[in-house]
Amino acid sequence: MENETYFDVNAFANIGQSNSIFGVSLMDNMEKYPTIKVLTSDMALAAGLDRFKFLYPNNFYNVGIAEQNLIGVAAGLASEGFKCIAVAQAAFISMRCFEMVRQYLGYMRNNVILVGLNSGFLLKFFGNTHYATEDLSLMRGIPGMIVLSPADAGEAVKAFEAALQMDAPVYIRLTGPKDAPIVYKENFSFEIGKSNVLREGNDVTIFATGSMVHQVVRVGDLLEEHGIKAKVVDVHTIKPMDVDILNNSKHCKLFVSVEEHNLIGGLGSSISEYITEFTHFPPLLKLGVKDVFPMPGGYDFLLTQNRLTPEQIVEDILIKYKL
Amino acid sequence: MINYQQSIKNLEKISNELRLRIVELTYLSKKNGAHIGGSLSSVETLVTLYHSIILNRPNGLEERDRVILSKGHAALGLYCALESIGLISKEALDTFEDNGSQFLAHAKRDIMKGLEFSGGSLGLGISYAVGVALACKDKGLNNQIFVLLGDGECDEGLVWEALMCANNFNLTNFTVIVDYNHLQSDGPTEEVMNLESLHDKFSAFGFKTIEVDGHSIKDLMVAFNERSEFKPNAIIARTIKGKGVSFMENKRTWHHGSLSDTQYKRAIEELNNWNCTDGE
Repeated sequence: MENETYFDVNAFANIGQSNSIFGVSLMDNMEKYPTIKVLTSDMALAAGLDRFKFLYPNNFYNVGIAEQNLIGVAAGLASEGFKCIAVAQAAFISMRCFEMVRQYLGYMRNNVILVGLNSGFLLKFFGNTHYATEDLSLMRGIPGMIVLSPADAGEAVKAFEAALQMDAPVYIRLTGPKDAPIVYKENFSFEIGKSNVLREGNDVTIFATGSMVHQVVRVGDLLEEHGIKAKVVDVHTIKPMDVDILNNSKHCKLFVSVEEHNLIGGLGSSISEYITEFTHFPPLLKLGVKDVFPMPGGYDFLLTQNRLTPEQIVEDILIKYKL
Repeated sequence: MINYQQSIKNLEKISNELRLRIVELTYLSKKNGAHIGGSLSSVETLVTLYHSIILNRPNGLEERDRVILSKGHAALGLYCALESIGLISKEALDTFEDNGSQFLAHAKRDIMKGLEFSGGSLGLGISYAVGVALACKDKGLNNQIFVLLGDGECDEGLVWEALMCANNFNLTNFTVIVDYNHLQSDGPTEEVMNLESLHDKFSAFGFKTIEVDGHSIKDLMVAFNERSEFKPNAIIARTIKGKGVSFMENKRTWHHGSLSDTQYKRAIEELNNWNCTDGE
């Protein structure tokens, strides 16, 4: 018998979040979930679904470049008892078919797992048409949706496997390049709605999600050099928000949120929605895309432009911290 | 042997009863009003489907034929049709458009009552129905999926994504009926957004397409029975918006409306007269 908690970090190194889910984990789960149907809008190759498509041709549908219909067909299949996973670029699966997601998955409660590929500004030189810096905002605005934003490939697999067990529609936001540093170097626990503390500290609490988590681990080290002890939290679940971690961390001088997402409606907004109901929380410094369409370019160029490199994050925290 | 003449007469009678009930519930909804025009135009299609074509509960729920109302604003017509086959009770439907009632202007999914889909946003029913048809085919069910589409609804791009998809997956268990009443909110479909040739469009999308008089039970029965087993099917039902009530017929203002006491009396009178004159 294979141990259910078996987890090989190396299996996912350098293949990225999407390939880890669709090239590895999905096949491992076919026996457990024989009614799985994977649907895509012409994104099988990009998602790393080729092997699955070959091995399970009857569990795979390509609906062509038609995201609205992708969600409709997936919902129809889900209503008949199939476990459906719909895959497309994050920009299109969250925005082009937003109303379909709201109606079919939210209102009608058809439990489809949506996987948004290449979120944030990972599609670099494709430009803003292909960036998704509003997807968290949109998806979490739908009643009943669960919204996940994993930090690395291993966590993406854990998020996917947790989503398979849920009796609810789920959006999984995939971020970070294929060679993004691994955050979790050994097996760890993953529970939807329960954040993971990566580093302890009493002065500042930094909440990060997705691609920004590994950046922020580095921020913790850099702040130490300034004599500031930072607690670093991986908020892999944007909805439902983990309010326990907010309550448990409130005795520090500053909260910071970091996300590769517009400052409107994402992680920072989620945190502020909760803490502003009370009087005893520290101020929240929200770092992310400042309600602009960035100037396209390479990934590092985009990070720098949006002040999301570890050094820039440290600078911004120091200014706010010393006020 | 089924006596077709008798059967057609019977369905015509049921159609008239459905119209009376649609008018009654619209009147009872008072100022809220109802989508009466498009409900009246789809009456014969609904009656033919529910009373002659579909198998509602053949061997339990799983094998049932599924009717998906994509033109969700005809929910009132659908409720009345489901009441006529006993899936919705009169007491329940009498709450139409009351505060907190299950029976709103747009249906909410409730499979036990025959409501397969939460309609309202146009174009969404047909795409969902493609998924349902794909699932039924996959499960090896020997059932049929029917989708009632509005003509104005065909302006939606999603309709055409879904049609392309139904053909691509060779959904021979899939039939689309277009309630072609030639009117949408802002006026005649020909003026707002020209659909012609709808027949050619459906054919080009790989559907076996038949065009019929959508108020002729006989024509509808023939069309349903002549469906292809090798292709998805489309039936373009030429209808009149507001059919059966003279002052509503072909009037776009009756897409959604409420009835005054006088209008109600006149409508009921007209429908009752239809009943008498048909008795010869």
